[in-house]
Amino acid sequence: MVRFLLRRLLNYVVLCLVATFLAYSLASLTFRPLSTLQNRQPPPPPQTIAAKSAELNLDQPIPRRFLTWAGGVVQGDFGNTVVSAPIGEQVLSRAGTSLRLFLAGTLIGVTLGVLIGVAGAVRQYRPSDYLATLFSFLMLSTPVFVVGTLLKVVWLPVNQAAGTQILYFSGEVTAGFQGTFTESLVDRLQHLVLPTVAIALGQIAFYSRYQRSAMLDVLGSDFLRTAQAKGLTRRRALFRHGLRTALIPMATLFAFGFGLLVTGGVFTERIFGWFGMGDWLIVGVQQQDANIVATVTLFVAVLVLVSGWLSDALYAALDPRVRIR
Amino acid sequence: MLEVRDLEVSFPSEAGRVAAVRGLSFDVGAGEVLGIVGESGSGKSVSALATMGLLPPQARIGGSIRFHGTELLGKSDVALSRIRGRRIAMVFQDPLSALTPIFTVGDQVAEALRVHDPKLAKKAAAERAVDLLDLVGIPHARARSASFPHEFSGGMRQRVVIAMAIANDPDLIIADEPTTALDVTVQAQVLDVLKTAQEITGAGIVLITHDLGVVAGVADRLMVMYAGRAVEQGAVDEVFGHPRMPYTLGLLGSVPRLDATEKRPLVPIEGQPPPMTDLPPGCPFTLRCPMAVERCSAEEPALEVVGPGPGGPEPHRSACWRSGDIERVEHDVAGAGADTAATLFGVRAPAPGAAGTDGRPDRPVVLDVVDLVKHYPVTTGSVFRRRVGTVHAVDGISFDIREGEVLGLVGESGCGKTTTLMEILGLEPPMGGRIVVLGSDVAGLGRRARVAVRRDLQVVFQDPVASLDPRLPVGDVIGEPLEVHGVARPQIRRRVAELLDLVGLRPDHANRYPAEFSGGQRQRIGIARALALEPKVLILDEPVSALDVSIRAGVINLLEDLRARLGLAFLFVAHDLSVVRHVADRVAVMYLGKIVEIGAVDRVFAAPSHPYTQALLSAIPIPDPAVERRRERILLRGDLPSPADPPSGCRFRTRCPLFVELDESRRRRCVTEEPPRAAVGSGHEAACHFAHAREVV
Ligand SMILES: Nc1ncnc2c1ncn2[C@@H]1O[C@H](COP(=O)(O)OP(=O)(O)OP(=O)(O)O)[C@@H](O)[C@H]1O
Ligand code: SF4
Ligand code: SF4
Ligand SMILES: [Mg+2]
Repeated sequence: MVRFLLRRLLNYVVLCLVATFLAYSLASLTFRPLSTLQNRQPPPPPQTIAAKSAELNLDQPIPRRFLTWAGGVVQGDFGNTVVSAPIGEQVLSRAGTSLRLFLAGTLIGVTLGVLIGVAGAVRQYRPSDYLATLFSFLMLSTPVFVVGTLLKVVWLPVNQAAGTQILYFSGEVTAGFQGTFTESLVDRLQHLVLPTVAIALGQIAFYSRYQRSAMLDVLGSDFLRTAQAKGLTRRRALFRHGLRTALIPMATLFAFGFGLLVTGGVFTERIFGWFGMGDWLIVGVQQQDANIVATVTLFVAVLVLVSGWLSDALYAALDPRVRIR
Repeated sequence: MLEVRDLEVSFPSEAGRVAAVRGLSFDVGAGEVLGIVGESGSGKSVSALATMGLLPPQARIGGSIRFHGTELLGKSDVALSRIRGRRIAMVFQDPLSALTPIFTVGDQVAEALRVHDPKLAKKAAAERAVDLLDLVGIPHARARSASFPHEFSGGMRQRVVIAMAIANDPDLIIADEPTTALDVTVQAQVLDVLKTAQEITGAGIVLITHDLGVVAGVADRLMVMYAGRAVEQGAVDEVFGHPRMPYTLGLLGSVPRLDATEKRPLVPIEGQPPPMTDLPPGCPFTLRCPMAVERCSAEEPALEVVGPGPGGPEPHRSACWRSGDIERVEHDVAGAGADTAATLFGVRAPAPGAAGTDGRPDRPVVLDVVDLVKHYPVTTGSVFRRRVGTVHAVDGISFDIREGEVLGLVGESGCGKTTTLMEILGLEPPMGGRIVVLGSDVAGLGRRARVAVRRDLQVVFQDPVASLDPRLPVGDVIGEPLEVHGVARPQIRRRVAELLDLVGLRPDHANRYPAEFSGGQRQRIGIARALALEPKVLILDEPVSALDVSIRAGVINLLEDLRARLGLAFLFVAHDLSVVRHVADRVAVMYLGKIVEIGAVDRVFAAPSHPYTQALLSAIPIPDPAVERRRERILLRGDLPSPADPPSGCRFRTRCPLFVELDESRRRRCVTEEPPRAAVGSGHEAACHFAHAREVV
């Protein structure tokens, strides 16, 4: 099993490199980082432009530039932005911001999704099942930014009625907030709830759909009947034999669902004014900055790597059949 | 012990309520074996599941099921779970899916113990589980108990399920087709284990099967089910010997007998069971019954006593208005030496004219296979494929088929039958050896010549459903090969009508779609299609094994009729030796990619010389209680070894019962030297160093 996981890890690292390189090349090919400078009125002297161009290594071929950048990354230096601010300084805070959102979204999404899916399968064709199905289809067909905006609209009157900001709509902390550790934790939570819900709703819908069908397969399976024939009650057979088996396909889906989450995250951050990685990507594109784009891509790629690997590990832990290989 | 009275089970469905079981009553005494037989859909499994309380919630159940005097119907799941597995245990049909894939087999057996005895320590339960696995014949039980189900073969998994069933020393074991998915030699092993289990636990057994042979040997009493009811019930000898209901008669007459000395016509039961949604009044068998009279379609006969049980308390009952007439016919034909079933169903003897093996050497060879080899590489890795081994699917086999002759190719699953057939059908140069079809070596064929040869060599596949395109009307399906070969439209239409008639369908069937036909009819369509181009050789891959016995007989009769009328040669691939005995002139027995014995059917079945053939033949149950009880089984050890790593010397040595009896020096010969195929009689060859004939049927 260790060999299986190591082999997968190697695959993922290679994939990470390829993804980052592609993003970097694509950004470098299409971006015009000098345009802001060139369009300035009055036009700056050509030496200034040339100096900037040299600073950005624009005279070198793209693979070369990528290598220089990647060499820096290995040593913890993510290069500078177009406006000469070191990227490294922002990476940690932005990554932390995004991770908080993603982790909370995933955790809630997976847990509730699996529970709702199982419940739907066990109570197939009951009103609750229909309701869950309806919710899932609505969620899956509504883009995240619509969900986010709707949440804001729905919550606004609640805040107004309460006369105070129970939950905040923008930012991850109240600017200039001072207080004890507990108070600042509460403040952060108040900011975290709505964006997390926005992201988690889609995840719940996604996982519950698949969990429901996986569980339905298991419900009709022969081995569940055998377990009952042994003398397990239906409930016990379901929990001991059915649930874990039905989770196996979920493990594979996890990597996929995470990709969905990250894409949704970009929009969610924007809508709720979080300065996370997703927000940064948009900034990077606006500023025509290849380094930012590559850094964000690397971040996402590493996340996908971790989730993919986690998904393999889960799969192997749940299903003895892959462990042998 | 178990009393089932007026059991009714129905399910909701789109077409209305499906009455799966309609007023079923039966008893099982302590330590008694009750056999239940019947066609697919007759309600056997539903009755079993009802007893266990394992029917899906949408099922509506009526009547009464009493176990040791306690009513089971209506009990809660929790109350039933105390009985399930402890007092009543069950073994299911499909061992491949019956075990939870994520737990080790040891844990699953131990769970059966602990669920009824929570005080039992984990360790002690694991120990007991190992003992149980050992008891049901899992080799190296201690080590193997840590294996997961997917590491076990079907036969081994069924043993594990049986181990779970007997874990708590139950009073009753319900086995629902426990051997249907298994090869005959494994079936014999599993039945043996079941018998041992019964001896140890003293449990009563309900053995559900569609194979009359299986019940003949082990059951004390027999119940025949049709359309959700019992139509005949009684002591096993009585029902087999003096059936009093046409359906039972048909069932008995429809299976080819391994011990038949002469070719006996098979009794087909035409038609299908009635739809279970809205049954017409009257006897449900009316439309298929050769003896039906007016009364039959008006009033459903009740299960009535028709004769005494021999000494026992259980009388012989049957549900038929004409039981008395059947008894009279039985008396009449007994004097004339004829067969009651054949007489009643009006079956004629197979058309004469089949050449058989007479004058064999003078007839031209139509298919010659010499030293055919086919190996598959075994690879690992997804990006960089590495070859880690070779599957010796077919490892140098030779046989020939002469004009108008039928060769049966038999062997257990995985022995290379289908590979052989695919190699021949591919008409490509083989990996090793030679394939000569109608005189032309396929290795030297050009494109045009290949098309011509293909015309003469047609195939019928096993699965009649999968091999027909559901979107084409049957006429187009049959006419397709003609169209490909550029035959004009009006001519195709005429030929299709002719072909439909030939296979026993009506010409107006041409406009219907495959979905409208039953399994047997679809197989007829498959045969008609294969015959469209008037081939000289027909290759049949398990043509009847997907069909219910009663329908099987009709298709077998058709095949026999066709070969006699058209002078066709068949290569008939099957795993059912009794079917082969009935259809073929010669038989070749395959084991792990080799032919171990070949010869005329009569000779091979009367005097099998290879230990494998002997075991295979002895494993096949004969549907006759008297014969069956007297027979001695030659049980094979273990499962088929992996064809990727066949044993050295003789491939059969790991399971050979003769090998075990040999002395050291002779054994060495089996281990080091591969036995060549040597003559043991005229046209009869066996590949064993110590071949000697032995009577096993
Ligand atoms: N869960 C179910 N829902 C609806 N109909 C069912 C269900 N289970 C069985 N049936 C129907 O009940 C009838 C009897 O089925 P059953 O499985 O008992 O047949 P069987 O005799 O065991 O056949 P086989 O030889 O194929 O195992 C069939 O018509 C079947 O379609
Ligand atoms: S009752 Fe009539 S239709 Fe039914 S089996 Fe007897 S003779 Fe045939
Ligand atoms: S050669 Fe030896 S091992 Fe092989 S079948 Fe004959 S006796 Fe058995
Ligand atoms: Mg069944």
